[in-house]
Amino acid sequence: METLKFIVNNLPAIGQRTVEHVSIVGVAVALAILTGVPIGIAITQNKRAADIVLYVAAIIMTIPSIALFGVMIPVLSLVGHGIGYVPAVIAVLLYSQLPIIRNTYTAIGNVDPALREAARGMGMSALERLRRVELPVAFPVIMAGVRVAVVINIGITAIATYIGAGGLGTFISRGITQTDSRQLVTGALAVSLLAIAADYALLWVQHRLTPVGLRPERTRRPIARRIPA
Amino acid sequence: MIRLDNLTKAFETPAGTVVAADHVTMDVADGEICVLLGPSGCGKTTTLKMINRLIEPTSGKIYIDGKDTDRIDPVALRRTIGYVIQQIGLFPNMTVEENVCVVPKLLGWSADKARQRASDLLASINLDPAVFMKRYPKELSGGQQQRVGVARALAADPPVLLMDEPFGAIDPINREVIQDEFLKMHRRLRKTVMFVSHDIDEAVKMADKIAIFRAGKLEQFASPDVILAHPANDFIAEFVGTDRTLKRLRLVKVRDALQPASPCVSSTDAVERAVALMDEQGYAFMIVVDEAGRPHGYVDIETVRDRSGAVGEHRAPLPATVRLEEDLRAAVSTMFMHDVRWLACVDGEGRFSGFVTQRGITRMLGKAYRAPAAAN
Repeated sequence: METLKFIVNNLPAIGQRTVEHVSIVGVAVALAILTGVPIGIAITQNKRAADIVLYVAAIIMTIPSIALFGVMIPVLSLVGHGIGYVPAVIAVLLYSQLPIIRNTYTAIGNVDPALREAARGMGMSALERLRRVELPVAFPVIMAGVRVAVVINIGITAIATYIGAGGLGTFISRGITQTDSRQLVTGALAVSLLAIAADYALLWVQHRLTPVGLRPERTRRPIARRIPA
Repeated sequence: MIRLDNLTKAFETPAGTVVAADHVTMDVADGEICVLLGPSGCGKTTTLKMINRLIEPTSGKIYIDGKDTDRIDPVALRRTIGYVIQQIGLFPNMTVEENVCVVPKLLGWSADKARQRASDLLASINLDPAVFMKRYPKELSGGQQQRVGVARALAADPPVLLMDEPFGAIDPINREVIQDEFLKMHRRLRKTVMFVSHDIDEAVKMADKIAIFRAGKLEQFASPDVILAHPANDFIAEFVGTDRTLKRLRLVKVRDALQPASPCVSSTDAVERAVALMDEQGYAFMIVVDEAGRPHGYVDIETVRDRSGAVGEHRAPLPATVRLEEDLRAAVSTMFMHDVRWLACVDGEGRFSGFVTQRGITRMLGKAYRAPAAAN
């Protein structure tokens, strides 16, 4: 009850922290897509490179976030960004690599060889095959990787408050230091809800952007309804 | 024309060098269907894929209409060669229309022209454009998908078509239908077709020429009739089957096996006239036709001799007839079914056109064995 009262009284602050949180995760994952998808595509060409890249990405994933933030402080201090927004974004960017690279690699690698052969035999160049066949077919799986990255990193970003990046983790850290369960629960609740909401929102985006011919039957709208009245 | 000149492909594998195609030399004339036939691993698919350079030859040359394909950029080359594969490979993210329009778009056709072409092609393969243009591949049956696959390969009107076991994954009933449709379309379009198959029956049905491969070597390259009548060696004889002479029945239409003289009388003629005719010409029976010329039964000289009246009163019913367009296999099958030694043949309007006899068919098939030189 007290927690509820706290939430109601602090709605503007919660909103502001949510915006901070979303901006860290949003910017970082967007950058991670720009790096991870091309890397994932590139490593389909070489099994050895793929093994190495996926191994490195997996190792990054195992570094505890609090340790990664610590390591970045002296390094990024050299450019004047030891703490705050920049290291938070970089950490999320790194943690996003594994799910995005791995899903891209798997999805492109699993494109039916018959499609690839047909595309090649019809005279599509490698780039045309990628753009018109392989990426559209791989899209749902790549997008699933992005969703995983977003959900994981909404959790990780909660730790970023310790390096002064703000976000919803602020409530949690203050709740701990001030032994204030209201703030603690508020922060935890907000992070969880944000993760769930983000996942559903991205799921919706995924369905919308998946080519109609690849959508599962139940999500396909009847033809008649798509014709404007 | 497609010319393969000493085409060779050797693959390096951990088990050593495998020669998938070994100095293959052959010419396929414009507008012909050439079936590359052989057991799996014989090099037929490798040979096919070297034509559109999906596989680069180790040595040897390929000429299409006299042009050395090595001198053409592979991507540009493939846009001028239709390609159909067994797994079909329709792009699931594209509608049927988009699938068919892939090559025209790559070639820079206008959207309208490409759409019109797709619509015409679908109509020509018995898929209603109004229904199918906007469908996605997953909404189509296997047979419909492969029809679209063929349409897609023909979209930019390439002079050459490569087909890699195109109908292999389709159920037997639909396969026959699609084969017939394809042959009908081929008679109209006259593409030069290279067609990989492992099915001798399909080869005999589709081919103008059959190329039989074994272990990378071209063992025999000849018309289906020559291959069936004169297999070059024991391997081919075994591959085409001990019933190879029966398979030749498929190659001959009833129209081409009609008895030279096929007498008939009208059902209103007098019996005496029919008997006189049969005596004079030495026939044992005659077909009776009605006013429209349709076969209406037959009369046997033994039963009508010394009878009188109209022929129609004495006719015996015909157990079956066969159409001119059917092949001899169907005709012989009908003969066996009804235990008869001859059949009356009818044309498209059902009019009597002559008859085929077991003896005539036997003689016709036997001709190839008596004069092997002439058959080539």
